[in-house]
Amino acid sequence: MKKNRVPVREQKPEERVRNFKEVSYGYNLEEALLEADRCIQCRNPRCVGACPVAINIPKFILELRNGDIKGARDTIGEASNLPAVCGRVCPQEEQCEGSCIVGIKGEPVNIGKLERFVADWAMENRYRNTEKLPGNGRKVAVVGSGPAGLTCAGDLAKLGYDVTIFEALHEPGGVLVYGIPEFRLPKESVVREEISLLKDLGVKIETNVIVGRTVTIDSLIEEEDFEGIFIGSGAGLPMFMGIKGENANGVMSANEYLTRANLMKAFRSDYDTPISHGRKVAVVGAGNVAMDAARTAVRLGAESRIIYRRSEKEIPARAEEVHHAIEEGVIMNLLTNPVEILVDEKGFVKGMICVKMELGEPDESGRRRPVEIAGSEFVIDCDSVIMSLGTSPNPLIASTTKGIDTNRRGCIIINEENGETTLPGVFAGGDAVTGSATVILAMSAGKKAASGIHAYLEEKHS
Amino acid sequence: MYKITRKRELVENIFLMDIEARRVAKSALPGQFVIIKVDEWGERVPLTICDYDREEGTVTIVFQTLGASTKKLAALSEGDEIRDFVGPLGNPSEVVTDEKEHLLKKKIVFVAGGVGTAPVYPQVKMLKEKGIDVDVIIGTRSEKTLIMEEEFRKVAKNLYVCTDDGSYGFHGLVTDKLKELMEVDKKEYDLCIAIGPMIMMKFVSQLTKSYGLETIVSLNPIMVDGTGMCGACRVTVGDEVKFACVDGPEFNAHLINFDEAMRRQSMYKTAEGKKNIIMEQKSVHE
Ligand SMILES: Cc1cc2nc3c(=O)[nH]c(=O)nc-3n(C[C@H](O)[C@H](O)[C@H](O)COP(=O)(O)OP(=O)(O)OC[C@H]3O[C@@H](n4cnc5c(N)ncnc54)[C@H](O)[C@@H]3O)c2cc1C
Ligand SMILES: Cc1cc2nc3c(=O)[nH]c(=O)nc-3n(C[C@H](O)[C@H](O)[C@H](O)COP(=O)(O)OP(=O)(O)OC[C@H]3O[C@@H](n4cnc5c(N)ncnc54)[C@H](O)[C@@H]3O)c2cc1C
Ligand code: SF4
Ligand code: SF4
Ligand code: FES
Ligand SMILES: [Mg+2]
Repeated sequence: MKKNRVPVREQKPEERVRNFKEVSYGYNLEEALLEADRCIQCRNPRCVGACPVAINIPKFILELRNGDIKGARDTIGEASNLPAVCGRVCPQEEQCEGSCIVGIKGEPVNIGKLERFVADWAMENRYRNTEKLPGNGRKVAVVGSGPAGLTCAGDLAKLGYDVTIFEALHEPGGVLVYGIPEFRLPKESVVREEISLLKDLGVKIETNVIVGRTVTIDSLIEEEDFEGIFIGSGAGLPMFMGIKGENANGVMSANEYLTRANLMKAFRSDYDTPISHGRKVAVVGAGNVAMDAARTAVRLGAESRIIYRRSEKEIPARAEEVHHAIEEGVIMNLLTNPVEILVDEKGFVKGMICVKMELGEPDESGRRRPVEIAGSEFVIDCDSVIMSLGTSPNPLIASTTKGIDTNRRGCIIINEENGETTLPGVFAGGDAVTGSATVILAMSAGKKAASGIHAYLEEKHS
Repeated sequence: MYKITRKRELVENIFLMDIEARRVAKSALPGQFVIIKVDEWGERVPLTICDYDREEGTVTIVFQTLGASTKKLAALSEGDEIRDFVGPLGNPSEVVTDEKEHLLKKKIVFVAGGVGTAPVYPQVKMLKEKGIDVDVIIGTRSEKTLIMEEEFRKVAKNLYVCTDDGSYGFHGLVTDKLKELMEVDKKEYDLCIAIGPMIMMKFVSQLTKSYGLETIVSLNPIMVDGTGMCGACRVTVGDEVKFACVDGPEFNAHLINFDEAMRRQSMYKTAEGKKNIIMEQKSVHE
């Protein structure tokens, strides 16, 4: 057994900082087969238990190894509607790969890249499995087309439901299209393709419909005869720090910056939406979102830095993202906290006052609390500041629908068993329920709600 | 896709379009806005709802051509389709949702400026339908740039047109007229609603503040999604930061930091200017 994984080919840092093409090339067939050989086909596979949607990992790897890639794709498809996405953006090191037995003595099997290979192969070879139960005539509405909504819709369509997704933006995909950058997750060849598979299953997608404004949950039920509803509206509301100068021109949320770049394709000259071409960009925060913003800034030609108040150990972003960011020249200002943004006479950012921090006692989260070092103020030279401090659920749906309760963080309250909200027949899942989490957790919530909705409607019609 | 069922050039560079968008027409109310995206490459452009026909399923927009996106829209003809049309966004105007009894007790004056004249119309119309009479002041550069006078004559109790160059109506600014109405004609208003360029709203607000006249303005900051997701539209109201697309667009004028709002509006001036030049060059070469 080889201790090490088959290496994954990547665009070289000096090349990729000048384009928005995907950083990782993934495996080709030969590499995938070699890597698949490293799986020892555990009888009680720990990897499966650590995958939130419980993909039968050893089975698909075996099928791949036997040259039955279609079979492998079907096996994955039983559990996941978005494998080309998950193979790219899942935090595998904490999930499937983190539990792989081979990882104890060597490197774990590269499950994510194998999953990606199988999904990409099927898309390239136009292999689509659209098996589903005959239509049962029951209408279900899904609000939001992020991973939670797409998954719920796909599962219900396979069970024979007549599913319509309502999406506020002009393009389906949620964070997959507006947040995660092209260089990690290609929009045309991956996201659009995977969504088109759902359309093949009969899922209808109506873009430009804001539930709570264009229609309401009540009107969908009363006027449009939807018998079940799933809310997967995400956690899109950005937070700001509340410091002086924060409304200056050049200060924006990571959501704004990434939306301009990804959804509106502002990095391409044939698209009309402008983006701030800051020469010196400071990104506040150190999650996945912050890394994405900092790496986007690099590609737009800026000097780019991360400002984070804790130390390297506490960085919440995936290790691979931090590694890629540093390779691409992103400067890390750790143990540093902004206190004021400096503004020029025309209202544009001209710098940012920061203080140095040190780590004190652990706080509620168990991480050591950062405390200011007195008298350590200094100025960072920058002309753009991107706030990446986290997001919370948008209150629009809950505030326009009687009976849907939320907690004090604005998250929709559900019954953990089946995903049902406090309003009967209305289910919810994903970031709208948990606050910002991950693609795969949103998908697993979508799955749970799909079976919850199925059980609810079976019961209702029995 | 959303079909343009009517297009008219009201005056030079100001266009009216009816656009077929059944769901939006059904739920639209005065004070709300839409976001349109002309084609695959287009920007998301916010425009106020100027009227709607629930039976026909159409929504009326009135816009002024400024940069690349509004010019692209103006280049389309009746029968053409635009890629995206979403709404209604933002909160309906308070005067249309308020109780009739409450409104009947108020003397209301609307102040409209430039292309902002159009979005005032559905509010005045709806109030008229409820039996509430209001005064309307319209400010514009000259007689040639005045829009919708006919329509307003039908729904406003008193209409005062002001032109900068004196070519028609009152010679002067809307603030001069408003002051005259209050000082000379001894009108006692309880509520002023001003919609127009940011600079006009700022000066109306300054004036009414000195008279203690409650004033509402409809803000038009730069927006991207219009759903509360990006924060591009943030404005300072009192000591709070609000997102105009979801918390507004109407706010208490006396609490707004207009200077900041005006600076933020100019954020992309240079970038957009370039786009405009590219577009003009392209059309020259076509
Ligand atoms: C920049 C960025 C990078 C990330 N990187 C990773 C990563 O590498 N790996 C990972 O696992 N996770 C990552 N995440 C987190 C992950 O993307 C989210 O947890 C996940 O997308 C949540 O899925 P969701 O379906 O709940 O919501 P979303 O993806 O947020 O989708 C919600 C959708 O609902 C729509 N909507 C909202 N309100 C309404 C309404 N009223 N009516 C109609 N539609 C509505 C929204 O427009 C949106 O399209 C990242 C997030 C961001 C922002
Ligand atoms: C809620 C709201 C309602 C509006 N209603 C109307 C209306 O009814 N009729 C009308 O003519 N205009 C309206 N506007 C303004 C209109 O959106 C802008 O004129 C338009 O976006 C300009 O685009 P452009 O590319 O043609 O010009 P640009 O050259 O891009 O910009 C010209 C100016 O328009 C403003 N602007 C640019 N981009 C945006 C944007 N994304 N969002 C908001 N403002 C922007 C800026 O101040 C800029 O300096 C409204 C704006 C808002 C926010
Ligand atoms: S979906 Fe994510 S966690 Fe599950 S096997 Fe694939 S990469 Fe691993
Ligand atoms: S734990 Fe690792 S070796 Fe075992 S089945 Fe899963 S992938 Fe294969
Ligand atoms: S326009 Fe994005 S939050 Fe208002
Ligand atoms: Mg523009």
